[in-house]
Amino acid sequence: MSNIIVLPILIPVLAGSLLILLVKKHRIQRFMSGLSAIATLVASLFLAVYIYTNDGIAALELGTWPAPFGIVMVADLLSVTVVVVTSLVGVCCLFFAFRTMHRERERYYFHPLFFFLITGVNGAALTGDLFNLFVFFEVMLLSSYALIVIGGTKFQLRESFKYTIINIFASMLFLAGIAYLYGITGTLNMAHIAERLDGLDEAGALPVVAIVFFIVFAMKGALFPLYFWLPRAYYGAPIAITALFGGLLTKVGVYAIIRTYTLIFTQDVAFTHHFLILLIAGFTMLLGVLGAVSSFDLKKILAYHIISQLGYIVIGIGLFTPLAMAGTIFYYFHHIFVKTSLLLFSGVVERITGTTDLKKTGGILKTHPSLAWLFLIPALSIAGIPPLSGFFGKFALVLESLQEASYLIAFVAMFVGLLTLFSMLKIFINAFWGEQKHTNKQAQTPIMDVLAPVLPLVFLTIIIGVGAQWSFGFSMEIAEQLLDPSIYIDSVLKE
Amino acid sequence: MEYLIFIAIGVLFSVGTYLLLCRSLLKVIGGFMVISHAVHMLILTMAGLNTGSAPLVDLSGSDSTDPLPHAVILTAIVIGFGLTSFLIVLAYRTYKAHKTDDLEKLRGADNE
Repeated sequence: MSNIIVLPILIPVLAGSLLILLVKKHRIQRFMSGLSAIATLVASLFLAVYIYTNDGIAALELGTWPAPFGIVMVADLLSVTVVVVTSLVGVCCLFFAFRTMHRERERYYFHPLFFFLITGVNGAALTGDLFNLFVFFEVMLLSSYALIVIGGTKFQLRESFKYTIINIFASMLFLAGIAYLYGITGTLNMAHIAERLDGLDEAGALPVVAIVFFIVFAMKGALFPLYFWLPRAYYGAPIAITALFGGLLTKVGVYAIIRTYTLIFTQDVAFTHHFLILLIAGFTMLLGVLGAVSSFDLKKILAYHIISQLGYIVIGIGLFTPLAMAGTIFYYFHHIFVKTSLLLFSGVVERITGTTDLKKTGGILKTHPSLAWLFLIPALSIAGIPPLSGFFGKFALVLESLQEASYLIAFVAMFVGLLTLFSMLKIFINAFWGEQKHTNKQAQTPIMDVLAPVLPLVFLTIIIGVGAQWSFGFSMEIAEQLLDPSIYIDSVLKE
Repeated sequence: MEYLIFIAIGVLFSVGTYLLLCRSLLKVIGGFMVISHAVHMLILTMAGLNTGSAPLVDLSGSDSTDPLPHAVILTAIVIGFGLTSFLIVLAYRTYKAHKTDDLEKLRGADNE
């Protein structure tokens, strides 16, 4: 029965391969693409329910090779939730792309690449093997390199070369880190590594290896000071692709940090977690939001906000207590919903006005009230206004950093929250209020068809906010499972 | 033997880093290729340079070399091959669109 763990990886990879063959047939391609995306979502929901009702964790040994020798797939509560959310965001972005993606771009293998990206993200979440994690990262990144340059405008070519090089360099460091860890432990299975490192008195070279891995994941997850590639690289691509990247790609880097820093690198918590991660988290939040405050372009502001929100997510790993981890998990999912919907809404604004420059927009509230009010929900949510989801994540993180006497990080988090609200209001005032700057013909642009795919995400940010009792309880369960690595180790090594 | 290879890895890494910091697109790609070789050698060396027999299963249990690094490196080489070919095409397209391969000139305008 645990064979179903491979379904969320298998369906997209098969769909992607099939869609390469169908690339000339426009209608069939779209139909197959939509169908497979929904099938992936259903399979991941099925997997999530199965895992939740069966001890909360299951491992699958591929080719029935016993655990430390063969490759294992592990589905615990965190990874299945990541898989479900990934598939959901995938469906929303895909249906949004149907309505907005240029036909020419779609013809250049948008659909196959999209599914390979989903394969990579789902695979990275479900694998229990460090080298396999690298492979799935590469699957995801290779398709992202191709997706980000799809269309081939001058801007895209210029920025995606930098994006590609920085990520490839990070991948090489990832391999070097794997080499070091293999030299120390002699295994690549994450549970086995954790077991061998457990009870080690002398940390030895491990903090160094931990930092190598942190640099790698920070580069992919766009944390301070390695975030410089993000705003421009994300700016050039079509909005459906940017939203997919903003929601998923950087989060995979953070997922890898959560996984390795709760399972493997727990020898020197005082240095790696309390000092290094907290410091990075503070700077990431602050500089990201300052970038957003200084920009005057809708897409660029939102891209900078990805960075500052990643800082919030990382705080909880730095504090390393159950409540803080739960806050991190909650914020992680909140951020995926909110950021994807905000980026997709900015695409709708671009569709109406033809620009994302805030100096050239205005008065959309009068002509398209539904868009304006829908935009306001995730915008307030990201700024942390109750009862929307952003509030509860921030509340838990700030509360726990006060309890842990990390006053500075609590202060920075609240200050950044204020600046976030400021830049969200800047968007709202300049794009939606004020004089109507788009033509009357543009005011007639129908938008209901592009708003519909975003609705589930907006709905979810309200639901997990209003139903925080339930959703935060679930995050707490995930956090407790993460902070007890023996659950993971025992389930993989069957002891 | 290990020390010699570690020195070689160090040299490859520094050469690769130098090339990565060059202004020409092609040299940057070359830098990536050199670094990837360095990393593959690092994996092999970190796993231990054994002098055992080939890791074929004859169930004798006698000392054979660790087969895992070879599998890992092979996979990494294949991925590196894909990345290199993609990068070369990307660099060529960038060169054609911008009429330059100087990264200094590919910074972009300030007011975008």
